[in-house]
Amino acid sequence: MQINETPQYSIETKDLSIFYGTFKAVSNVSMLIEKQKVTAIIGPSGCGKSTLLRSINRMNDFVPNCHVTGELLMRGQNLYGSNIDPVEVRRSIGMVFQKPNPFPKSIYENIAWGARINGFKGNMDELVEQSLRSAALWEEVKDVLKKSAYELSGGQQQRLCIARTIAIQPDIILMDEPASALDPISTLRIEELMQELKKNYTIIIVTHNMQQAARVSDYTAMMMLDKEGSRSGTVIEFSETKKIFTNPKDKRTEDYVTGRFG
Amino acid sequence: MNPTDNHYPEGQSFRNSLNSRYRVASIWQALFFSALLIAMLSLAALLYNVVDGAFGYVAYEYKNDPAEFSAKPLDDLNKQELLDILKANLSDGAYNKLNNEQAMEKRSKSDLYTLVLERLIQIDTKQTWSMTASIFDANEVKAEAAKKYPEAKLEFRSWLTPIFLTTPMSSKAEFAGVRTAILGSLWMVGIAILFALPIGTGAAIYLQEYATKNFLNRIIQTNINNLAGVPSIVYGMLGLAIFVRALEPFTSGSIFGITDSNGRTILSAGLTMGILVLPLIIINGQEAIKAVPDSLRQAAYGIGATRWQTIWHHVLPNALPGILTGSILAVSRAIGETAPLIVVGASTFISLDPEGPFSKFTALPIQIYQWTTRAQTEFHSIAASAIIVLLVLLLTLNAAAVIIRNRVQRKY
Repeated sequence: MQINETPQYSIETKDLSIFYGTFKAVSNVSMLIEKQKVTAIIGPSGCGKSTLLRSINRMNDFVPNCHVTGELLMRGQNLYGSNIDPVEVRRSIGMVFQKPNPFPKSIYENIAWGARINGFKGNMDELVEQSLRSAALWEEVKDVLKKSAYELSGGQQQRLCIARTIAIQPDIILMDEPASALDPISTLRIEELMQELKKNYTIIIVTHNMQQAARVSDYTAMMMLDKEGSRSGTVIEFSETKKIFTNPKDKRTEDYVTGRFG
Repeated sequence: MNPTDNHYPEGQSFRNSLNSRYRVASIWQALFFSALLIAMLSLAALLYNVVDGAFGYVAYEYKNDPAEFSAKPLDDLNKQELLDILKANLSDGAYNKLNNEQAMEKRSKSDLYTLVLERLIQIDTKQTWSMTASIFDANEVKAEAAKKYPEAKLEFRSWLTPIFLTTPMSSKAEFAGVRTAILGSLWMVGIAILFALPIGTGAAIYLQEYATKNFLNRIIQTNINNLAGVPSIVYGMLGLAIFVRALEPFTSGSIFGITDSNGRTILSAGLTMGILVLPLIIINGQEAIKAVPDSLRQAAYGIGATRWQTIWHHVLPNALPGILTGSILAVSRAIGETAPLIVVGASTFISLDPEGPFSKFTALPIQIYQWTTRAQTEFHSIAASAIIVLLVLLLTLNAAAVIIRNRVQRKY
């Protein structure tokens, strides 16, 4: 990929709309996602938060009939351009899913596999250790690296999935409700981890939990169905998290974050 | 409706209604149980029927007295003595013919013993009785045998013996075995699976992981599902037209320099069986691939894996147990099919072991079919024994496949 650094921003969406067949699921989103910050996407169910997130690393390519209009820019390049390979996109934009989904392999292999298929040539043991340390999991698993990842607890599995993503050294990490299947203590650990990770990575997180958005994010995008009776969602307000939660511009945002609606 | 109104029965009337619900439930339970009972009885009847034929009294006569050939009882003779008897009493032509088939000196003692019985003493089986009659009406059987065949010996015999498994076909039931048929069946099933498993799995991967949901692919899918139900004789016709006739240079081995064969070979039969089980393997493979959780694919894609890497490293290993289950079903189907083999041209009488894919062959179901159509009751007895062999072979192959499947089974 041609490198054309826009210093402050990692990803830019320009009038991005996402369609399932003829149905417009997300309409006209324009956002600038800042580097090394946590950006949260919040909003009621069914307003297209996950769809928007998955469009960023082109996971929606696997949904039949899904297509995108507008632009998704990274380093000045449209990720939906005809010269861009989606595999390359996913290599630099990693993803952590709602339910922990480690591979049915050993803990070590879970991390090594992604590195290997992407042609990693360095010291694998080091990479595994470093990734697990970054995901705050090393101390717990360093003696059981050969054990199946399925023997870990849910929270540990989710951190393993984060470690697996870190191991391929992406620029951006997408997280689709990463803590919704976890207990409060595991959730807290994931949130702490995100604060650590944002020193090196840009993080975009979808969450249903508004306290979580308020706790972990620097910026918040509020999504909602664009008008009464419509089924397509859009970003109605996007600014610093503090502003969204204390002094929102849009009445609907205020109703939502104060719990009066949604 | 007023929320304070109570429209539900209470007290005694509730208990009455509950009892009637239990009554209905127990009637259904009884019906389900009788369905199971009928199924089990049918299976038991099948097994009984087979075993009943394979054991029982048999009345036989010697055409020539053993004493004419040897002063000692035949059972006590050693190999050399048996050989001498054969040499002395067989015509030179007959002896040389046997010698050409397999050198006489190299044959086993039991083989020579069988030859003495078959060629010189010439056993003549008069009648066989079923196991049930032999056990429960033994006296009547003995009386009947003594009356009808005063010269004959009566003996309780198991037709299923180790010798039955290891001797080739013979025109006399007493000396016939299923060796060639077992080998033919194994060769055929082996070729069928080698052919159908990779192709079927490949097709299943394509349909499940690559094919988009368009009109053409829906038609293909529907047709595969229908092909699984096509009568096997139709596959026989297909095999005859394609493998036996159109591809004869290949299936007879003539392009590989084999000259003494036509298209009716093990290879033709194996490929026909392969086509027959192909839909079965595809459908099972698809189910197995469908059962691999989507989260696993997403995990792989999410860290930059290509579609092929995802399929090869995650989808296939996790679908393998299911794919192998499909191959178990395929083996069971292929080993028992008779009709396509008749059409493709299995030999009904062949006493030479198959030596490779270009040999003429017979298979167990063909052998069984052929023996059951014979008039003499002793052939029905060896047919029953061959059925037992077929069932055991089937169970063994299934067990092997189950063991392999459990080895590769993974936990989620």
